[in-house]
Amino acid sequence: MSDVKTPSKLEKVLASGHQAVTSECGPPRGSDAGEIRNKAEMIRDHVDAVNITDNQTSVTRLCSLASCIHLKSMGIEPVLQMVVRDRNRIALQSDILGAASFDICNILCLSGDHQAFGDNAQGQNVFDIDSMQLIQTVRRMRDEGRFLGGDEIHRPPRMFVGAAANPFADPFEIRVPRLAKKVAAGAEFIQTQCIYNLEKFEQWMAQARDRGLHEKVAILAGVTPLKSAGMAKYMKNRVPGMDVPDEVVKRMSGVAKEKQAQEGIDICVETIQRLKEVEGVRGFHVMAIEWEQKVPEIVERSGLHPRPELD
Amino acid sequence: MIVAKPKPVEEVIESVSGFDRILLVGCNECVTVCEAGGRKEVGVLASALRMHFMNQGRNVQIDEVTLERQCDREYLEEIRNRIDQYGAVLSLACGVGVQFMAETYFQTPVLPGVDTCFMGVTEERGLWSERCQGCGQCVLARTGGICPVSRCAKRLFNGPCGGSTRGKCELSKDLECAWQLIIDRLTELGRLDDYEELAPIKDWSTERAGGPRRVEREDVRQ
Ligand code: SF4
Repeated sequence: MSDVKTPSKLEKVLASGHQAVTSECGPPRGSDAGEIRNKAEMIRDHVDAVNITDNQTSVTRLCSLASCIHLKSMGIEPVLQMVVRDRNRIALQSDILGAASFDICNILCLSGDHQAFGDNAQGQNVFDIDSMQLIQTVRRMRDEGRFLGGDEIHRPPRMFVGAAANPFADPFEIRVPRLAKKVAAGAEFIQTQCIYNLEKFEQWMAQARDRGLHEKVAILAGVTPLKSAGMAKYMKNRVPGMDVPDEVVKRMSGVAKEKQAQEGIDICVETIQRLKEVEGVRGFHVMAIEWEQKVPEIVERSGLHPRPELD
Repeated sequence: MIVAKPKPVEEVIESVSGFDRILLVGCNECVTVCEAGGRKEVGVLASALRMHFMNQGRNVQIDEVTLERQCDREYLEEIRNRIDQYGAVLSLACGVGVQFMAETYFQTPVLPGVDTCFMGVTEERGLWSERCQGCGQCVLARTGGICPVSRCAKRLFNGPCGGSTRGKCELSKDLECAWQLIIDRLTELGRLDDYEELAPIKDWSTERAGGPRRVEREDVRQ
C-alpha cells in the first residue's frame, strides 16, 4: 500500500486496507448550523468521513465550506464537495485554500447539476473549468504547490482528492474510459452513483479491473436506502443517470406501505454485503438522503462497524 | 447564421407608440433566412402596426425598407438622405445591425424588432438550433466536429456529466447530449481513443470573458 500523502483520515483508513465508510449530509436552507451538526452527530461513530454537498440540485443552501468547518470543529472528518457550476477558477482555488486553512483534507470534485433544476433557474452558470480539470487543479496545488496561474502557494493544501463516477450513465461504452480519465487527472478516490443494478455495477467493476484501475484509485460503492416504492419509481423514472431495475421497484411495491422503509434498508444492507466481496470495492458511500438516523443501522448490519481507530 | 426571433408585437407597439413617423428596416442576411426580419417580415409587421394605430384613431406613418445588410456602413448609408423624416427606426436586424444603425444615425432613436438568439443552423423549416458561441479558439478538431462550448449545457471539455441519459441532456429530453454526439462521432471516425486525452483548461480570454472583442488583420486592412 502506497504511503499516505495527506493528513486525511479517509486516506489512512484506505491505506490500512480497511473498507472505508463515508456518508453525506446536506446543509440547511438557512443559517442554523445546528441542523448540519445534528445530522453529523447521528452518524459520527459509524463513518470515517462525511461529505457535505455543495448546493445540491442547484438549490441554494448554507455553503459546503462553512458546513465542513462546523464538522471539523466537532472532530468529524469532512469531505468538501465542490461543484464547478458556481465558481470560476479564482473562486475555486481561493475556497480550496480557505478549506486548507481549516485543515479540511478531503475534496470531491464535481460538475454540479444544471441550475435549471434549482431555485434560481434564471441565474448564470460559470463552468470555467470542468470537474476533471478541478481534480487536476487540486493536485497541482497540492503536489506542485502552485496555482493554476503558475505562482507558488505558501503552505499548499493537503487534500485527498476524490471524484464521482456514474457506472450507469450513458453512453455505457465510455463509463470505464471516463473513470480512467479521472484517474489520469489525479483522482485518488471515487464515490459512485447509488447502485441498485448490481449486475451492471459488477460489469463496470470488471472492466475497471481489466484496466487495473481498481489499484490506482479507491472505489467506494454508493448506496442509498429507498424509503418507499414511490421513491424507487421516482428515482427510476425521473432522476437522470439513475438505474433502478424493475425487480427493485417490484420488491418495494410488494410489501405493505408501512414496511417499505424497512425493506429499503434491507435491500441496502444486502447490496453492501454482496458488493463487499467484489474485488476492487474499497468501501462504501452511504447516502441516506434526509434519513441520516438510519446510517448506523445500515453500517452495523453490513458488518462495517466498529470503524477502525487510527491515530 | 445569426438566429433571431420576432419580438412579441405588443412589445414592439409599446416601444414605438410615442412616434408618428417610423421607418421599419429589414435586413437581407441572416434574419431573412431565419424568417424574422427580412422583407417579408417587415411587411407583415408594418401592416400590423398600421392596423393597430388605425384602430386607435392615430395617424402614424410607417414606411418600409430592407437593406442588403445592417452590419456594413455601406448599406446603412442608403437611408441617410431620408433618415431625418422619421421619429424612430424600428430595425428588424440582429442586435449587431440595430447597434450599427444607432451608431450611424446618432440622433435617431433605433429600436429592436427582434430578439437575437444565437449562431446556429436551420434544422428544418421553423426549427433553428445553436452551434457556435464564438469562443475565439475553435476546438472542433479535437471534439469530432461537435462543439462542447455551445452544445453542452455545462460546456464540459471532458464530458459527459452523470446526467446524460439515453443520448439526451439532463436539461431536457428535447436536447441532445453533446457528449453523446461527440462519442458517437469519434466512434464513427475510429478515433474513440482520443476520448481519453484530457482536454486542457480552456483559455477563455478570447471569449466574452476577455471583454468586447475585435479582430484586426493587417493583411486585409488597407
Ligand atoms: S448531459 Fe451531456 S450535454 Fe447535458 S450537461 Fe451533461 S454532458 Fe453536457
